Amino acid sequence: MNQFRRAFLKNAGTFGTVAIAIAAGLLKPGAVFAAAWNSLAFTAKDTAEAIKNAGYDGATESSDIVIKVPDIAENGAVVPVSATSNIPGTLSMAIFVEKNPAPMIASFEFSNGAEPYISTRIKMAKTSIVRVSVKAGGKNYTSSREVKVTIGGCGG
Amino acid sequence: MAETMKMRATMEGDVVDVKVLIQHPMDTGLMKDAKTEKLIPAHFINQVVATLNGKTVLDAQWGVGIAKNPFIGFRIKGAKPGDKVGVNAVDNLGTKFDGEVVVA
Repeated sequence: MNQFRRAFLKNAGTFGTVAIAIAAGLLKPGAVFAAAWNSLAFTAKDTAEAIKNAGYDGATESSDIVIKVPDIAENGAVVPVSATSNIPGTLSMAIFVEKNPAPMIASFEFSNGAEPYISTRIKMAKTSIVRVSVKAGGKNYTSSREVKVTIGGCGG
Repeated sequence: MAETMKMRATMEGDVVDVKVLIQHPMDTGLMKDAKTEKLIPAHFINQVVATLNGKTVLDAQWGVGIAKNPFIGFRIKGAKPGDKVGVNAVDNLGTKFDGEVVVA
């Protein structure tokens, strides 16, 4: 099914007929993506508000979330972050940078055998707490690390 | 659009380690153009879905805080060589990106 869909999308894209396919009801726009983009959480300027809008509020501090970040980042435009949750039944994970203009960086939902691990590269405006929160077994957990930034990566 | 996405999937024990690089400016909408002093409009990938043999394994939402030319690494248990890992992404302007790699 998905294989067909991918091939179809590839071909359709070539001839610019995706719009027509959508209009004809063949493809639901955004059908691949389970949920709509959480603009409330991503546009929040305050960390607490972003965490609440993303549904990660009321979290318990947990050392079972292992965050790997550099202690000092020379270039805030590219800061490597990886996080592993050792909490059983971890369903999703979100990354927040408390001092960024938009603190919510990303959220990830794991299913069908995906391990509760993410590695990525983020932007940091200045020295800040990097927070990783996790949903597991109907509860929220969180952990954080500070990263010192020498040159900020947002706002120029 | 395969040239904008680079993927690698390698077995580590019974887990497949997937690394994905996507070429994208990831403009925040907060930066000014150095010459014109005008704000560069936000242009960033905001949704990413990864699949193993067509089944969703990772469903991600991104904001503007993911670095330019995004990198993402993730791991899937129970995969084997020959399995297919796919990634579909879309940005805030509706441009779609997709890639597929066979587990080595």
